[in-house]
Amino acid sequence: MSETSAWVIFIAAIFTNNILLTNFLGMCSFIACSGQIRTSIGLGTAVTFVLIMTTILNYVIYHFVLVPLGIAHLQFIIFIAVIAAFVQLVEMFVERFSPRLYFTLGIFLPLITVNCAILGASLFMIIRKYSFIQSVGFGLGAGIGWAVAIVMLAGLRQKMRYSNIPEPFQGVPIAMVVTGVLAMAFMGFAGMVSIQ
Amino acid sequence: MADKQLACMTCQPKGLCGGRGLLTLKEGAWANNPLAIQVLGICSALAVTNRLENSLVMGGALIFVCVGSNLLVSLLRKRTPHRIRMIAEVAIIATFVILFDQFLRAFYWDMSKQLGPYVGLIITNCIVMGRAEAFALQNPPVLSIVDGVANGLGYAVILAIIGFFRELLGTGEIFEYKVLSGQWYTPNQLMILAPGAFFALGILIGIFNAVKGPEPGEKK
Repeated sequence: MSETSAWVIFIAAIFTNNILLTNFLGMCSFIACSGQIRTSIGLGTAVTFVLIMTTILNYVIYHFVLVPLGIAHLQFIIFIAVIAAFVQLVEMFVERFSPRLYFTLGIFLPLITVNCAILGASLFMIIRKYSFIQSVGFGLGAGIGWAVAIVMLAGLRQKMRYSNIPEPFQGVPIAMVVTGVLAMAFMGFAGMVSIQ
Repeated sequence: MADKQLACMTCQPKGLCGGRGLLTLKEGAWANNPLAIQVLGICSALAVTNRLENSLVMGGALIFVCVGSNLLVSLLRKRTPHRIRMIAEVAIIATFVILFDQFLRAFYWDMSKQLGPYVGLIITNCIVMGRAEAFALQNPPVLSIVDGVANGLGYAVILAIIGFFRELLGTGEIFEYKVLSGQWYTPNQLMILAPGAFFALGILIGIFNAVKGPEPGEKK
């Protein structure tokens, strides 16, 4: 088990090891949902919430159910089932308590299930052998990092609507290139803290 | 190319695909390329393409999972209740991913370590799920296999292209052979780091759009 403190992992997950800009997780909804700042804030919040909760749930399930029973190789299917069930729950809550957010997010809420960032965070947690506290820090940091990245891209894309972009590059390609620039900017944080 | 020929030769004379085999293949691998045109499953496309070798293994993994899950979903399509089809599809896909993951761990431990969580993340790869949902649920097994091969190939080829250029420009090597010599070429480290992946895929999709002409509905 690594010795890094949860706080360092939290900071690193946002800046130096941003789950989106360095690990490329959650790209699908990142590209599809970054048209407007408001939508992206909603989605970012939802992802952060789901991410931290499922990281905790999966940690408990992995270490107290799967490992003792010797079925750790089934982790993928168990994790995805936990995530799917949890997203369903969140969806019911949001629909009940914030219908406006529900309509804004529309189809993308169920899509959180297949957002690789969620499953990816759980898998990273297992691979890097985090302790419980470290996992909480990592889950929270990864979620916030993802939300920060998508809100930044949404802001940039709103501005870009008025720019003169070559025809073939309109839409997705330019979003990718801009994300590349963002990732480059985030590389400036490298060396501040480091985790593995 | 060889795969295309083979698929048509085994397929057309017997009419197993009902004459739609070739069309399905072309649709999946080129006209509706999952990566370059539909922009699905880009997470893994960005993450594993820092070396050509990784890209090829990942492409192979996706072909295997896509074919397997398409076949099984298609076989069970009349028995799966509509309401629980999603979770059934996820379970089927996860099964094949676990198979592949265990295979890598058993025989290619180094590769398994390098790919890290990205093998597991094939479960959440939108391509596999999308094909199961959009194609295998409505079509007979053999045609579904062809569709799986086509989409897997479409994905694998793009991955190989990106992997090739990133490794070549980033390290000057291909499969650890020096191609661009250190005398006149300074390896551009940026290409094997994260931003290079975004640039490479963005430019590739841009080129695809330019070649094919932009989709009327896609402009925003």
